[in-house]
Amino acid sequence: MIGTTANGLKDKLLTFRHGIHPEEYKELSSCRRIERMPFVEDYTLPLLQHIGAPSRPVVHKGQRVRKGELIAEPGSYVSVALHSPVDGTVTDVGLYGHPNGQMLPAIRIKADPFSTQQLNRPAQRPPEELTKEEFIQAIQQAGIVGLGGAAFPAHVKFNISEDKHCRYLMLNGCECEPFLTCDHRVMLEYAGELIDGTRILQHFIQADKVCIAIEANKPDAVVALREASARLGFPVEVAPLKVKYPQGAEKMMISAILGEEVPAGKLPIDVGVLVSNVGTIVALSQYFRQSQPLIERVITVTGTAVARPANVLVPLGTPMRDLVEFCGGVTGEATRILLGGPMMGIVQKTLDTPVVKGTSGILVLTEREVQDIDTFSCIRCGRCLEACPLFLNPARLGLLARKGLWDDMEDNNALDCFECGSCSYVCPSGIPLVQSIKVGKAMIRERKSK
Amino acid sequence: MVSEIVIAVGILAGLGLLFAIILAVAYKKLRVEEDPRIDQVEEMLPHANCGACGEPGCRVFAEKVVANQIKISKCTVSSQSAIERIAEYLGVDAGSEEKRVARLLCAGGKKEAHSLAEYAGTLRTCRGEAVVTGGPKACAWGCLGLGDCVNVCDFDALFLNEDGLPAVIPEKCTACGDCVEICPKGLFELMPESRKLIVQCKSLLEGSLAESKCSVACTACGRCVADAAPGLIEIRSNLAVINYDLNHLASPEATLRCPTNAIVWVENQQFEKRPTVWLPLGRVEKYTEET
Repeated sequence: MIGTTANGLKDKLLTFRHGIHPEEYKELSSCRRIERMPFVEDYTLPLLQHIGAPSRPVVHKGQRVRKGELIAEPGSYVSVALHSPVDGTVTDVGLYGHPNGQMLPAIRIKADPFSTQQLNRPAQRPPEELTKEEFIQAIQQAGIVGLGGAAFPAHVKFNISEDKHCRYLMLNGCECEPFLTCDHRVMLEYAGELIDGTRILQHFIQADKVCIAIEANKPDAVVALREASARLGFPVEVAPLKVKYPQGAEKMMISAILGEEVPAGKLPIDVGVLVSNVGTIVALSQYFRQSQPLIERVITVTGTAVARPANVLVPLGTPMRDLVEFCGGVTGEATRILLGGPMMGIVQKTLDTPVVKGTSGILVLTEREVQDIDTFSCIRCGRCLEACPLFLNPARLGLLARKGLWDDMEDNNALDCFECGSCSYVCPSGIPLVQSIKVGKAMIRERKSK
Repeated sequence: MVSEIVIAVGILAGLGLLFAIILAVAYKKLRVEEDPRIDQVEEMLPHANCGACGEPGCRVFAEKVVANQIKISKCTVSSQSAIERIAEYLGVDAGSEEKRVARLLCAGGKKEAHSLAEYAGTLRTCRGEAVVTGGPKACAWGCLGLGDCVNVCDFDALFLNEDGLPAVIPEKCTACGDCVEICPKGLFELMPESRKLIVQCKSLLEGSLAESKCSVACTACGRCVADAAPGLIEIRSNLAVINYDLNHLASPEATLRCPTNAIVWVENQQFEKRPTVWLPLGRVEKYTEET
């Protein structure tokens, strides 16, 4: 399939056990250069775009804001700041639709008609002069979160406690979700920033080894990063991994590269590994070198029902409707809209919600691809057991969830499931396994918090 | 040969005797005196193990009743005569507990609340729908109408009416709280029956916006506040909130001028005024213990 030896890749590629091989569909957008989305009229910036406490607004209705200006400060330690993506006027601070389906507090900004891309911020101090505490605080003030999809505040992850030693700093460029190509394009077009961001992070983390993991279906990214690494004189090991889903899940990546398992309920740092998405590292470099906080991100708009699939650099808060329009709109056959990839993405009921920090893609599919299959009884074929990368028993968990036996689910380690959807993908009876497990996990968490 | 048999029999007999002595001593020394009335009281309880009393089950409740740590009337499942019988048996005061009923704080059924999309998933439960961007309804707070609460109720006290809303039958409801726990939108509240003035809406949206999503939404117009006794109702984040400490001042007058019927006076059962039909059996799959 790909010329492994011609690109200098290893013949035998590293990977984890179990997993699935869904069709990739990356060719729709993988060759499209990143385009900048022009400003639209209205921006909606939810105060909760990350895991943790919502940000606290520091602007009021009618206030003028400049591009890059702070509009909300971190609400607690596990929270980040929020900045205006555009020059404009705050028109409202109120409840607006969030991509997660809830109505949550958000800041609404009306863009100036002739707003420019000029960033209005003082230059950032060079990162080398900062202490570790200042560095961590700077990342929080920059509003940087993990751009892989979960949007976990980056400063919490990078703030490694003294008693833990980081052996490996792994950058995640796997992008195992079918259709999505935003990380691929970021690695190609922001290779220099990526290597520079890695150098900044490594200065504070002092990991023994640094590597970038890339699935082998992106040989051009492997070459680009090796070149950038040589050009900038910062050695980084680029590790091509086998094309398999969910290779990009951090626990799977660690198991592929180190052959070690992260214990249940533990974090990668507990085994001495720090994993970060490549987009996050680019955002880090852009903040320290260009003083640009996290106000825009690259999003893949793709799918067979999108007129012009593209990778777009979108200001946060842009309504998804405008973004899809920018990509030529949808064709008549469009029947389903997903936020994220087809495996873990969430089906949307409306396009009126804004792009947030955790949005990695918008996928519009046609009737042909989303044909719903009827659910039949479990035939005990065991395919879900062979697919589950965490060696759980999805069939049993799904059954327990449908029976409402939440405590038994917890005993069967339901909380370890990271909802990759491999079980639902392989089930020949069309049982909505991962959805049932999601229901169970939500139930278990609710009962615990009581 | 014979001596070996004798030795073997002797050893076994010796062991048997030893264990018998240990058991006899243990029986005497480790004996737990249990009040025989606990068994009797447990026998008289409904064996629902529903947890409505706040105890883990009927046995623990019986123990506490006998120890006089809890009033018998806390068991809302028992009929009044059963409670009196237990009180008579133990010779204690039954206590009095006002009956509580689960109330649904949403009236947006299929006809009233607009949907933005159609849910096509095969997991047809409210909880399943809620993990997909909170369900298809335009209102983020509204009832999803797939009847998780109906399935979870041990007492058949709920049914889905024609409008796709779960109606609680007050006579059957024991206020065990199972529906409160299962509802993904947290729409049920256990209320004493004396609370007859109820705001059947949880939407925090501003007036016209709320009404554009659901025709029975509270628009926070403030008419009920003006019509009710001072301090009884107040508007808090675009929603009328009733202060039940002043419940004795409540009257149906507050509901008369409500433009959307979001605030109602409930004498017995909610959603009575709408035509209701019982679900044909098997429409919603019942959770069973069998696996």
